[in-house]
Amino acid sequence: MTEVLVVGAGPAGLAAALAARARGAAVTLLDAADELGGQYWRHLPPQRPAARERALHHGWARFERMRRELEADPGCEVLTSAQVWAIEPADDDGRVGADGRLIDGGDRAVAGAAARAALVVHVLVGPVDGADRVARSIRPDALVLATGAHDRTLPFPGWDLPGVFTAGAAQALAKGERVAVGERVVVAGAGPFLLPVAASLAATGARVVGVHEANRPGRLAAGWLPRPWALIGAVGKAGELAGYAWNHVRHRIPYRTGSAVVAAHGTDRVEAVTIASLDRDWRPIAGTERRVEADAVCVSHGFTPRLELPIAAGCAITSDRFVVVDAGQGTSVAGVYAAGEITGIGGVDAALAEGAVAGHVAAGGSPTDAEISREMRARRTTTDFAGRIEASHGIRSGWTAWLDDDTLVCRCEEVPYGRLRATGDATCSTGLRSLKLTTRAGLGICQGRICGRTVEHLLGGDGGFADGVSTDRRPIAAPVRLAELAGASAPNRPEGHLRKETP
Amino acid sequence: MSARMLPAGSDPIRPGPTAPVTIHVDGEPVTGAAGQTIAGIVLANGRLAWRRTSSDGRPRGLFCGIGVCFDCIVTVNGDRDVRACQRRACDGDVVSSQHDELPEVHR
Amino acid sequence: MGYDVAVIGAGIVGAACARALAAEGLRVVVLERDAAASGTTGRGEGNLLVSDKGPGPELVLAQRAAALWPGTVAALADELGPDFPAVEYEPKGGLVVATTEQGAEPLAAFAQTQRAAGVDARVIGVDDALALEPHLARGITAAVHYPEDAQVQPVVATEALLASARRHGAEVRTGVEVTGALRDAQGRLRGVATTAGEIAADRVVLAAGPWTGEISSRLGAHLPVRPRRGMVLVTTRMPHRVFRKVYDGDYFGATQSSDAALQTSSVVESTAAGTVLVGSSREQVGFDDRMRVEVLRQVAAKALRLFPFLSGASVMRAYGGFRPYMPDHLPVIGADHRLDGLWHATGHEGAGIGLSLATAELIAAGIAGRAAPIDPSPFSPQRASLAPHLAEEAA
Ligand SMILES: Cc1cc2nc3c(=O)[nH]c(=O)nc-3n(C[C@H](O)[C@H](O)[C@H](O)COP(=O)(O)OP(=O)(O)OC[C@H]3O[C@@H](n4cnc5c(N)ncnc54)[C@H](O)[C@@H]3O)c2cc1C
Ligand SMILES: Cc1cc2nc3c(=O)[nH]c(=O)nc-3n(C[C@H](O)[C@H](O)[C@H](O)COP(=O)(O)OP(=O)(O)OC[C@H]3O[C@@H](n4cnc5c(N)ncnc54)[C@H](O)[C@@H]3O)c2cc1C
Ligand code: FES
Repeated sequence: MTEVLVVGAGPAGLAAALAARARGAAVTLLDAADELGGQYWRHLPPQRPAARERALHHGWARFERMRRELEADPGCEVLTSAQVWAIEPADDDGRVGADGRLIDGGDRAVAGAAARAALVVHVLVGPVDGADRVARSIRPDALVLATGAHDRTLPFPGWDLPGVFTAGAAQALAKGERVAVGERVVVAGAGPFLLPVAASLAATGARVVGVHEANRPGRLAAGWLPRPWALIGAVGKAGELAGYAWNHVRHRIPYRTGSAVVAAHGTDRVEAVTIASLDRDWRPIAGTERRVEADAVCVSHGFTPRLELPIAAGCAITSDRFVVVDAGQGTSVAGVYAAGEITGIGGVDAALAEGAVAGHVAAGGSPTDAEISREMRARRTTTDFAGRIEASHGIRSGWTAWLDDDTLVCRCEEVPYGRLRATGDATCSTGLRSLKLTTRAGLGICQGRICGRTVEHLLGGDGGFADGVSTDRRPIAAPVRLAELAGASAPNRPEGHLRKETP
Repeated sequence: MSARMLPAGSDPIRPGPTAPVTIHVDGEPVTGAAGQTIAGIVLANGRLAWRRTSSDGRPRGLFCGIGVCFDCIVTVNGDRDVRACQRRACDGDVVSSQHDELPEVHR
Repeated sequence: MGYDVAVIGAGIVGAACARALAAEGLRVVVLERDAAASGTTGRGEGNLLVSDKGPGPELVLAQRAAALWPGTVAALADELGPDFPAVEYEPKGGLVVATTEQGAEPLAAFAQTQRAAGVDARVIGVDDALALEPHLARGITAAVHYPEDAQVQPVVATEALLASARRHGAEVRTGVEVTGALRDAQGRLRGVATTAGEIAADRVVLAAGPWTGEISSRLGAHLPVRPRRGMVLVTTRMPHRVFRKVYDGDYFGATQSSDAALQTSSVVESTAAGTVLVGSSREQVGFDDRMRVEVLRQVAAKALRLFPFLSGASVMRAYGGFRPYMPDHLPVIGADHRLDGLWHATGHEGAGIGLSLATAELIAAGIAGRAAPIDPSPFSPQRASLAPHLAEEAA
């Protein structure tokens, strides 16, 4: 039986696990979080179940069905609080031929069968960042990566003040804990995601004083209908309550386009923001600045896919930095599939369709099989959606005009814009590795997850770097304690079934 | 004012009754609802920042909320660098804030 | 227009050579395939050690380098001004410890031989070692303190050396790969062919680190430099608790061995950023740069034998590079006897950061036809210990 490992239990991973089961594979589904659902279906914990959780989510019933089915299925092992921290080549990878087929796989060398993934996935299971999690190494036949994305927030003066959050943080706290990040909240950035965030905030008792989309109506209209609230439907619809809140949002909350938070003010916490109008390249227009009091600011300019695992697995990445996949969601590496936001920012419907295709093909199916024809069609329409998001909301270069010399670019190592530039100018370095080590930007504990793309843009423009280095490469995908590492399980025996071991 | 939890009574999604959890943050007892993260409890109790940065000593708290920025790290029961936004609080957790000064460099 | 010297490679060795040669008044161009410090120099540590070297030519080179570093660091800071990041030179000293009973005796004996060669090697009691490093494991059996050991940040040091070279008129061209030799009618080297066209130069200094094997063949004078992989772990920032560079005596075995199989030894040090670097491994796996968990596991396990408190430290990054390894364990510095006009500056294996300045001094003196402060002959490509390897490659 084919053994499929699915990493990430968001919409894409859930759909992949179900599809792989439907095709008869043994499945392990794991996620670093202790609940299934990923970013989209984040919900109150079992200690505090809500009678009307569905009101906050679109497709909640579908999620519950998927979860129930997987949890009840003895052929699917669901592993939560399971952090994948490394992926490495398996010892027997020498036996995979140039054509990607197994050369000498013993009884596994089935002629014509898809090649087995030659990788070992290292997992730590236990409380988040705990000191004595249990190590497991899994050597699947096929690996589906569905690790999703996180917010991309561009720096602006004051963005490091407490009270400035990513939009995703506001969403996570609202959905996961029913905590509103503030009472008077400004939401800003770019993309359709700002709208569900405003709706969730409103549904959690916060007053949203404005939603500011950086792009101007012309550009938005080119990608969307000129009615902003049409977008929320496109993102996969809010739940009934958020829909209700959205009604409120639509009538009561100013939605301003061509407008951005260009600074946050306060000494030890945010007290107010400066909002300015932007030109079509996101350059602030002089004279349009106005100050707005707020106790929380939620800013997001798009999403960055979580690429460390695909890169560790050796998957090819597109020039706009998503995982390259074929019609069956196969990556450039034999036996490795990718689905969801890591293959393009397309929202929940795309993630579900791609996940189902990936799971089906990983389990030995073909993208032309009738079982997944519906998903194959959905996959095509949703790629169009991803293109529209990028066309309407993609980041424009004028934003750097709102930086000043003291604005931190790298939050962890506290590298301000002025110093970043001065160091780059002084060394004349053309390599990203050297620029990171001389400026320290991106070397801190978040390992460039927050500032990486920004640093690349500020130091290299769009031309890239002479050393071809990217900030997305992180062979250690999450911090691991030295003692856990010292006890890491011994190299895997190449033969055999899914190896689930605790040393 | 700042972050706060929507009282269950006025929450339209009608969350079930909450069992309290109490954690100790820098010596102070702080109470939240079972299943909340450490960051969620601290935020909802009115504290927006719990760490100071190494170079400039600036306050930091929660930023990304989903475990990628590491701004929210705290020491929990003696374990350093725990992401407060990801770790569910357990009754009695001893949480202390981290301020890691840079080493004195002898040139 | 031709150059006096073309330096191949902008690692720390090429950078140091470029600076020394430009300071001689020569017209210098540095040709780098990728970017400065993108090779081994950007993927190692910055220990400037005398402690790990036994009496012999490499120790003499290391002692010369140790003497050059403080003055060079001060000169670079003066020249480049406050906008240039600090090279983080720290003369923090090294502490070598034995963790077994059997290890104690050889450690002291080794220190004795080093002292005879002029190294400040102080055999100290276990209590004194614990006073220097209070967080060290209680179970250590012997310790030697080496006050002359120091540390730099290799990438900043390389960029600083290059910036200084530029100030002396050198040109640094990145993204230019050398692909072959240009020779005159007599067969003498007169420049190099590159991906950016032909570049004429009276002399060529080959400082391509572990890639020297390949490019020396293309130039027509093969040198048997091979890559020897090493991995290092980086922790998150933590309170300062490791004050010197501390390593366990096993390290000598690993540096001096020719074994291709994986070897690990523990080297632990803090950086100016508050992180702790935990090294390192040695294995010969060609240029395979994929991370192997087993290697990390061994490195981590050995570090815990030295500093048990590190058990809870979070490792946030692992990186590795390819040490330029010579089969006879000595760098190659000097004129090639087979190809007139070609000079070598490579093969420093795990010590190239430290040895770079002394290497550059030898190269500059050699090209200028001046006597060098130390005897260059042990490093010559013509040395006896290298002859069989050159013959082997030719066969
Ligand atoms: C904070 C946040 C909130 C969002 N909210 C909405 C919303 O309300 N409405 C909307 O339309 N879109 C929302 N989005 C966009 C959202 O990403 C997509 O709509 C959808 O969730 C994508 O599904 P996915 O399966 O690709 O990824 P995700 O849902 O992101 O799932 C990826 C999963 O992989 C896991 N994972 C990642 N790395 C590892 C690892 N190394 N080891 C183990 N597990 C790992 C993560 O824990 C996560 O659960 C949100 C995005 C973010 C970042
Ligand atoms: C894990 C590890 C730890 C280490 N720790 C230490 C330490 O603590 N102290 C110490 O002193 N040393 C240490 N070293 C060793 C040290 O890093 C090396 O000896 C040193 O960096 C070698 O420098 P280099 O300039 O010779 O080579 P490199 O830095 O590799 O530079 C060679 C350059 O040549 C370029 N190049 C190659 N081919 C061509 C071509 N055809 N055309 C143009 N350019 C080309 C490459 O791109 C590269 O940039 C360590 C090494 C490793 C791997
Ligand atoms: S707030 Fe970003 S990791 Fe916790």
